[in-house]
Amino acid sequence: MSLGESATPLGKVKGLGSAHHGGGHWLEERFTSVALVFLSLWLIFSLILLPDLSRDILSQWLRTAWGAVPMALFIVAAFKHGVDGLKVAVDDYVHDDGNRIGVHYLLDMIGIAGAAISLFALARIAFVAVAA
Amino acid sequence: MLVSILHRITGGALTVAGLAILAWWLAALAAGEESYATFDSVVRFEWLGIPWMFILLAGLTWAFWQHFFSGLRHLVLDTGAGYELKVNKFWAVMTLAGSLLATAATWYFLLGVGQ
Repeated sequence: MSLGESATPLGKVKGLGSAHHGGGHWLEERFTSVALVFLSLWLIFSLILLPDLSRDILSQWLRTAWGAVPMALFIVAAFKHGVDGLKVAVDDYVHDDGNRIGVHYLLDMIGIAGAAISLFALARIAFVAVAA
Repeated sequence: MLVSILHRITGGALTVAGLAILAWWLAALAAGEESYATFDSVVRFEWLGIPWMFILLAGLTWAFWQHFFSGLRHLVLDTGAGYELKVNKFWAVMTLAGSLLATAATWYFLLGVGQ
């Protein structure tokens, strides 16, 4: 992602800050945060507006495009944003390069696995689920 | 200062506990009647008459709203606005007030108290 005017040419090349890779990560985190403003409000209002939170009602809701599509987007954005945020915290406390990169990989793997499990579950609800 | 630290703590809690519960909730929904009943009974778990999981979920709801309002504040601060001492402090305090109100409102409507 482009850093625009926010970084000097040298800073863009060398990657500054505690993460040592400049501001690209920072911009990505802002991108998912803006998406989550809308998606998380959508999720909370949807849950409130459903008649109840029984399995039938929830499955019915996630079988509609207006349930399943924003939920898929929410899953992707939330796991990405969460892993990005944890990485920023790790960068501030883990100073050894090897450890930092190792923890980043570990967080990526857990985040991607969690998102994959959630998306698979959502697909199963949306496309298979119970017969009416 | 407090609000800034809370942003990190609530973000961490939402990621670790919140996303784990989200994944489990969807997996339980997908896996069938029995799995969802297990999830449901865990959510309603009580010990010594105290609904611990409800308290955890209410705590995560608060963490969400605190992170939400504090995140909105950070997006505004990112534009370079709102750094004057009084303005900055006012909105920091407002995130605390807003998150408590929003948490109460969310559960008020979720539990259907108003109906």
